[in-house]
This record gives sequence, structure tokens and C-alpha cells, in this order.
Amino acid sequence: MNNEPILQVRDLRVDFVLEDRTIEAVRSASFNVDEGETVAIVGESGSGKSVTALALTRLLPVPPAQLKGGEILFRGENVMAMDSARLRRLRGGQIAYIFQEPSTSLNPVFTVRSQIAEAIRLHRPEVTKVDDEVVRWLDAVGIYDAAKRMNDYPHQLSGGMQQRVMIAMALACQPDVLVADEPTTALDVTIQAQIMDLLGSLKDKFGMAVILITHNFGIVSGFAARVLVMYRGRIVEQGPTAEVLRHPQHAYTRALIDCIPRLGSRERRLRTIDHAAIGDV
Amino acid sequence: MITTTTEPLALAPATPSGRAWRRFRANRIGVAALVLVILLALVALVFFVLDRLGIPFPMDPDMTNLERKLLPPNSINWLGTDNLGRDVLSRLLNGAYISLTVGFIAVFVSLSIGVTVGAIAGYFGKWVDNLIMRVVDAIMCFPTFFLILTAVALLGPSIINIIVVIGLVSWTGTARLVRAEFLTLREAPYVQAARALGQRGPKIIFRHLLPNAAAPILVTAVLGVPEAILAEAGLSFLGFGVQPPQATWGNIIADGKTYILDAWWLILFPGLAILVAALSFYLTGDALRQAVETRSERQ
Repeated sequence: MNNEPILQVRDLRVDFVLEDRTIEAVRSASFNVDEGETVAIVGESGSGKSVTALALTRLLPVPPAQLKGGEILFRGENVMAMDSARLRRLRGGQIAYIFQEPSTSLNPVFTVRSQIAEAIRLHRPEVTKVDDEVVRWLDAVGIYDAAKRMNDYPHQLSGGMQQRVMIAMALACQPDVLVADEPTTALDVTIQAQIMDLLGSLKDKFGMAVILITHNFGIVSGFAARVLVMYRGRIVEQGPTAEVLRHPQHAYTRALIDCIPRLGSRERRLRTIDHAAIGDV
Repeated sequence: MITTTTEPLALAPATPSGRAWRRFRANRIGVAALVLVILLALVALVFFVLDRLGIPFPMDPDMTNLERKLLPPNSINWLGTDNLGRDVLSRLLNGAYISLTVGFIAVFVSLSIGVTVGAIAGYFGKWVDNLIMRVVDAIMCFPTFFLILTAVALLGPSIINIIVVIGLVSWTGTARLVRAEFLTLREAPYVQAARALGQRGPKIIFRHLLPNAAAPILVTAVLGVPEAILAEAGLSFLGFGVQPPQATWGNIIADGKTYILDAWWLILFPGLAILVAALSFYLTGDALRQAVETRSERQ
């Protein structure tokens, strides 16, 4: 393994061109992800973190989205210049996604088995015993009695199990980078912890890089080695997680950390972010 | 690692179609209508086969007997005879397969076109959608029945022509429906997930969009059958349909309309046959719609 980052993003800019106005969703984002590294992108709704994640494999609908500039290099290869066949191999096969809503991210009319099998057939045509492989991955994500459960339809599974299936589907393609876009937002807190634990242990086991996108600093601290803070389409701060949490440099980062409710705190109201105080970046 | 996933409770039918069927069965009118539809299909099939084998049952539908013309229902001719002394019951049973064949095949033709066109418009959107839907609008401007009438008049009245023409002019509704479904479905997270997995466009259409639009497509298909049956009956009544001596429900009425004041049975029974056939398809389709459209169950 060389020391070149697996993913390099340089001055990424994405606009959404609407009929009457143009929204600059990502105004300037530059960051690297090393092989096997875990990076968290933190920011509030509308800060551009999901758009950045989707732009990595050009999944944004064009129009209305417009890639205004910048460069995305996957293992030195320019994603912006890839043709559609190359992009399809990149998506899922090399950069896989887990989305926020597991219940709607699974097709309601097919069994779990057929959906994971679809992913395997797409990216690993050499696998002959597809069913065995499906069971193996469902086992890996901690689904009990996988051989039986794989014949279930999504609606028969709980939210936590659905998210495990999504993770199994993403991992079954053996990607080099896993993008988890708010993977626990739709789940309740105890399941959140389970899913984060699962992601952590799978990451250690399979050694892929993980990009975790979240608005919750709370789940970042124990998980990601490095954190990027996004605000209004820009990365305003990045650094080792512990460092950023202890000594936030940017006013927005401080405000965001202050928003985490603390057990035993005497404050009666939850903190919110005063945007006027932070101003434009 | 924490593993707490336990066996979920085994709930009633698991497959989407299983759940729809369970709801359909609870609808008595729907079940009755479906039974009628099946019965009609069986009758049509049986008498079609008998006709091809040359077994006249209950009588030869084309055999004239001028000594027994215009008889009201009696012990030999249960539904009476027409102006040439032909047995009305035999002609009705013999004509059944024409109506149903026209109904089913015309719907198949119109569905194939409608689904393909609607899917392309709905999935690709933008100018493709615009172009296709303007063409659809243009076709919809014509009154359907007169379009069919004109086309059949030009091409000549044969069963094949009638089926093809009905199919060719009636796909626009299906196309609009499929397009609308696709416009909604393509924004679904699982479609995005499929794209994020690197799936190809055509594969996404057939695997992820079409099966999820299957329910409304099935409903329009079933509701399209009576439309085609009525169109064929109308054409035959006007003399542009299937040509005599082949009996169809439409041309029995057409032949009988001259004697409407003297021989009510010539109009009433084929009229009833058309009514029952159309109604049972409509009611089946309606019950089907109610069974599949409960979308709030669990998204």
C-alpha cells in the first residue's frame, strides 16, 4: 500500500441551478481520505455534507445540480472525467453508500436475498454461489439466522435490521471506501449505538476507508480519527477528532459542540446555533 | 459486537401479492365478479373448442331454418330464434370468445405500447418526456371511438384489424399512468441506492421501477378489457366489426334491431351478455384497485 490518499477532493464546488436562483450548495471543499482511514464530515442540515458525499461518484442529478469546479481523484483517477461504464464500476464496487432511511432505501417488492444478490452480481460476477455469499454477509452484520431471514421482505424487518441489510449490501461489493450518510438518523438511540459499533468493527475487519456524514458530534468522538466541519458549503475546520473537540478553532464548531446535550447539565433549554453571531465564512 | 436481532413475529402473508390477495378475498362483490369473469372465459373457451371441432352445441349457430324464424324463447330454442331461424343461445355462446379475445388481446397490445412509452418518458424525463407526452396529448385529442371507426373503415373489418386498432388507439391512458408512477418512483431512496450501487439505467427501470408500478398497471389492464369489449360490440353493431355469418354480441343486436318491437329477445339477451361481461370486469378491476392501493401499510 502506498501513501497516496485513496480519495483526494480539491476545491469541489457544486451549484443547484433553479428557475429563479442559483444555490451554492458546496462552495469550496478540499480534503483527503487515506486508505483505511475513518473521516467524519459534520455539519447541520444544508451545510453541503450530503451533496459532497454524492458528488464523490457524481450521483447528483444534473441538472439541477452543476459541478462548477474542482477535482475528485480516486486512486489518482479523475472521477470528473470517467465515462458512464467506469462510473458504474466505481459506484458500489469501489465507493459504496449507506443512506439515512433504511426503510425506504430497500425496494419493498423484493426479498433481502435478491437485493443483496443483485449487488454481488453487479460487482463480483466471479462469485458463483451467490446465496452462500448473501448468508455470509448477513452473518457478518449480525443478523441472526441469516439463511432464513434472507427470504424476508424489507417490511418484515425492524429499522435496525434493515440498516444492517443495507450495510451488508454495501460491504458485499467489497468497496474501498464506504460512505455512510447519516446511517443512524432514522434509528432510535440504542439501535444507533449498535449500528455504530457494528460499523466500527466491520471497518477494522475489512480495512476499508469510511466517510461518516452526520450532524451529531456525539457519535463522531468514539468513531472517527479525523473530522471535517462543514458550514454553508465550506469546510471550515478539519483535524484529528480529539483535537477539534477539545480546541475548536472556528466559532461554528464551538457552537455545534455546545449543542450536544449533556447528562446532568443544569441548563433547562437545549442550546441552538446563533447564526448571526457566526456570520458568513 | 452486540447482536440482539431476534426472530420477528411471523405475520400473515409476507409477499406483497399475498397481502393484496388477502384483501381482495375480503371483498365479496370483487370475488363474485372475478368468478363471473372466470366463468365467462371458460364458456368462451369451451364453445370455441366445440366450434373448431365441428360439434354443434346446443345447435349449429349458423344453421338457418326459415320455418322456425323469430320464435320467442321456447323449450327447443331457450333464448328464441332470429329472423333467419338461427338459435340465439348458440349464437351468443359462440360469439363469446370473439368479445373476450378482442378484449384481452387489445389490452395486451395497448399495455405493451403504453407501458413502454410511459416508462421511457417517466424515467428519462426532460425533453424526452416532453416530446412523448405532447404526442400522447395529440392522440388523446381524437375521440377514441371515431378514430377506431375510421381506421377499421380504411383497413377493412377483420378480427385482427379490430384488435390492433383498438390496441393502437387506447394506450395513451396507460402511458400517462406509468409515466406518473415513474416520476414518483424514480425519486425513491431505493432507486437512488440502486444508482449508488452502480446499476444500469435499463436494469433500474425493469427491476426497481416496473415491479413497484405493477399494481396500478394491473388495475388499468383489467379495466381496459371491458372498454375493448364495448368498442368491439359498438363496431359490430355499426357493421364495421366482425362480419357475418360469424356471430358476435354486437352483430346479433344489429341484426335484431329491425325487429325490436316484435322480437325483444334478439336485443335483450346479447345486451345482457355485454352488460354482464363488462360489469364483471369493471367490478373485478375496482376490487383489485382497492386491494392493491393500500399504500399506507408500512412504507
